[in-house]
Amino acid sequence: MIKLEKIQKYYGQYHALRDISCDMVEGEFFSLLGPSGSGKTTLLRTIAGFEHPDSGDVSIDGQSMAKVPPNKRPTNMVFQSYAIFPHMNVAENVAYGLRSKAVNKTDQLKLVRDTLAKVDLAGYEDRAAHAMSGGQRQRVALARALILKPKVLLLDEPLSALDRKLREEMQSELRRLQRNLGITFVLVTHDQEEALTMSDRVAVMFEGRIAQVDTPETLYRRPASKRVAEFFGSMNVLPAKLIDKSIHGQTVGIDGLGHIEVPENQFPEIALESNLCAGVRPESMTILEEDDNTAEKQTDGVITDVEYRGEMTYYDVRFEGTEQLVCVSMRNTTARRIKQVGDAVRIGWGRDSVVLLVDQ
Amino acid sequence: MNMNENTARGLSQISLPFLFTMLLLAAPIVLLFAMSFWTQDFLTIDHTLSLSNYKQAWSEPIYQTLMLRSLKISMIVTALTVCLAYPAAYYMSFVVPNHRKALWVFLITIPFWTSYLMRIYLWKVILGYNGVVNGSLIDLGLIAEPLEFILYNQLAVVVTLSHAWLPFAVLPIFVAMEKIDRSYLEAAQDLGDSAFWRFLRVTLPLSMTGVIAATLIVFVPTIGDYVTPKLVGGPDGLMIANMIELQFKKANNAPLGAALALSAMLLVAAVAAIFLWLNRRYLQTETRA
Amino acid sequence: MNIALRIYILVFVLFLYAPTLLLPLFAFNDSSIIAFPLSGFTLEWFSALWQENGLQSAAVNSLIIATASSILATTLAMLASSASVRHDFPGKAPMMGIIMVPMFLPEIIIGVSLLTMLVLAGLPLSIYTIILGHTLICVPFCIAILRSSFQHLDPSMEEASLDLGETRATTFRRITLPLIVPGVVSSLLIAFTISLDEFVIAFFLSGTEPTLPVYIWSQLRFPKKTPIIMALGTVLLVVSVCLLSFSELVKRRNLRRLGLDHRPGV
Repeated sequence: MIKLEKIQKYYGQYHALRDISCDMVEGEFFSLLGPSGSGKTTLLRTIAGFEHPDSGDVSIDGQSMAKVPPNKRPTNMVFQSYAIFPHMNVAENVAYGLRSKAVNKTDQLKLVRDTLAKVDLAGYEDRAAHAMSGGQRQRVALARALILKPKVLLLDEPLSALDRKLREEMQSELRRLQRNLGITFVLVTHDQEEALTMSDRVAVMFEGRIAQVDTPETLYRRPASKRVAEFFGSMNVLPAKLIDKSIHGQTVGIDGLGHIEVPENQFPEIALESNLCAGVRPESMTILEEDDNTAEKQTDGVITDVEYRGEMTYYDVRFEGTEQLVCVSMRNTTARRIKQVGDAVRIGWGRDSVVLLVDQ
Repeated sequence: MNMNENTARGLSQISLPFLFTMLLLAAPIVLLFAMSFWTQDFLTIDHTLSLSNYKQAWSEPIYQTLMLRSLKISMIVTALTVCLAYPAAYYMSFVVPNHRKALWVFLITIPFWTSYLMRIYLWKVILGYNGVVNGSLIDLGLIAEPLEFILYNQLAVVVTLSHAWLPFAVLPIFVAMEKIDRSYLEAAQDLGDSAFWRFLRVTLPLSMTGVIAATLIVFVPTIGDYVTPKLVGGPDGLMIANMIELQFKKANNAPLGAALALSAMLLVAAVAAIFLWLNRRYLQTETRA
Repeated sequence: MNIALRIYILVFVLFLYAPTLLLPLFAFNDSSIIAFPLSGFTLEWFSALWQENGLQSAAVNSLIIATASSILATTLAMLASSASVRHDFPGKAPMMGIIMVPMFLPEIIIGVSLLTMLVLAGLPLSIYTIILGHTLICVPFCIAILRSSFQHLDPSMEEASLDLGETRATTFRRITLPLIVPGVVSSLLIAFTISLDEFVIAFFLSGTEPTLPVYIWSQLRFPKKTPIIMALGTVLLVVSVCLLSFSELVKRRNLRRLGLDHRPGV
């Protein structure tokens, strides 16, 4: 649907977009995720037509957008500030783009009413634009864009101005809307939780480059690099070494935790004895009870810190052979006893707990 | 240079007003400059370059007197207006509640927007032999004969100009005071300063940028004022602008007029530059301390 | 301390307004001498205005010049303000500096230099030359007003309009212009008032068609005309104050309508 090919963008000396190539599929909810300065908004605006790439191409539905100005592209954008025209009421705002499409007044009215109903703002036609709350304004901005039936809806950090509860509501709303409409959404956000919740696929960007494009689950469980891993939730990153390898798999020694057999030949070029990182999520390890021997691997450790956070408890565990403390989280069920500082514990883990990363 | 759309559009937008100003301000001043090196005999202008006009402007006593007098009057007016304006600006910024400030700004500026000519003429009427001041003083029994020293001299010029330029002095000081973060004053109070010391140590220094702006805003135009000295100055109160006009019109010596005009501007620029330099030194020691 | 300040500001405001308040006082005064005590109410000075030779044509000239100057100055100021606030380009600061210079120069300098150029170029002095001179000095004031309008204009408004299918031209008409209208109206009115009252440049650049201030100037040497001048001054005062108050009202009403008020000094 959208094809980005080798896009480069400079602002003077500043290299904002470095060789971006990416495809977005029709009907998917796609997010551009990254910290501020990563280029994600620049990329979105390039798709919209407000920025022109210095080299490379944007094509939508097979057609190159190189010579197409923003008002002629099959995209519509929801701006971060919503950009609701203050001198018009809601109906006039929503109907704004219909004028250039030469839609007559009666049809306009009907379309406005239908679209407002879709975003849960039925009856708000005559409201003054500046008398609306942030969440309402966002829906007006959505309606205004969607009424034009774009092939692609672009959203620039649409939820960042909303308070937390509203944000969560809108996340599910946007997802539901996208599924109902079936059009491609491209959303820019710096909030990884947001990206994971709403998207079919996410492109993680750092410093003008795309680091990884994958489904939320793959990004979380199989991050391609240490940096991507650390971006999503918390992750323990332990030094590791490649001890042995054969066509059947590799043996990796992880500091503190022990040896693990990994079947995939993930690093064919790397030599034995070279240094890797092992990423282990806190929730992928378990504090084993006395009689529990079900875990694939077990390692003894001592608890050095306990942080109770209502739903979960986070433990810092010291293992033999490494200075680094490992964070292990456990869900607080009624059956479980919360451990104390100084308790000796057995930590259960396995192949699936570990993702091997090149140290970058 | 990366000529992107933003840059291109900006340049195309500013081109028209910029060219307009170049054509109507820069070009004429350049021509004025050129003309100041020519000489005029009755109606014929001799284009051979000469410094005679400047020699005249700087050495002949009459022009020296006028320039120095203009400088003196302008400085007195500036000092007077800034001093009078300061408490008014203080009142507007620190006493008037926020929602009334715009109204006060409006009130202060209205006199400025009314006809300058009329205001000067009114002062002539007020200060005249049979005018309002004299009439009232006589009626009140404070004097027997009308005062003659209040009109057609430098005093009248100073009074009139000060009155005319007061709003111009109030506004920049007001703006600077508005910018002062009130929490500075609260901190000063918290640290033990009384109202007087808070003013002296916090408000006054932080409002100085406004005072400097007000000084320049009043000083530069008043030196070149034409109407006031002509109407209320009498022979003793004429200023350089009147002489410039004379040269351009009756005296038929436009090149001399040009030289006088540019010399006056040079003087103004020099004084303004010295003033700014002195202030930079003063302000720098303040911040270092 | 506060009491002293309040007394001061009272005296200050009185002093500021006193001369101007004398204007209507003596315009209705039944005496040709401007002095106290007042003699009685009369409208004869106002009716005498109609009979004055040259007054009406001077007034018409002034109106034409003021209208043309305000429109021209506002247009140029819109371009300059837009460029200054919303775009970055090399030479921006010096170019804007030069455009703003007329606000800081004595009018006599501008007057004689324009006169010089026109005479050397062999162009006749006329209403058009005054319009050019007035536009030059009004532009900096108009820019000061319009800068604020453009600063409050969210750039994503225009981008949203483009995104929704409008061209640059229709975007200007539907979005930009309505949103800067308070500034535009203010600018037009301020420029109009400046031009109406301006004397020095008109004095140097007027040919055979004087403006109102130039006409007034020519009458000032006649003591008998004084009360008539007072009447004229009163009319001008009322007109100026009305225009300025109207400008303020329009500005406030539009700010309220756009939900941008509640800021002192706006």
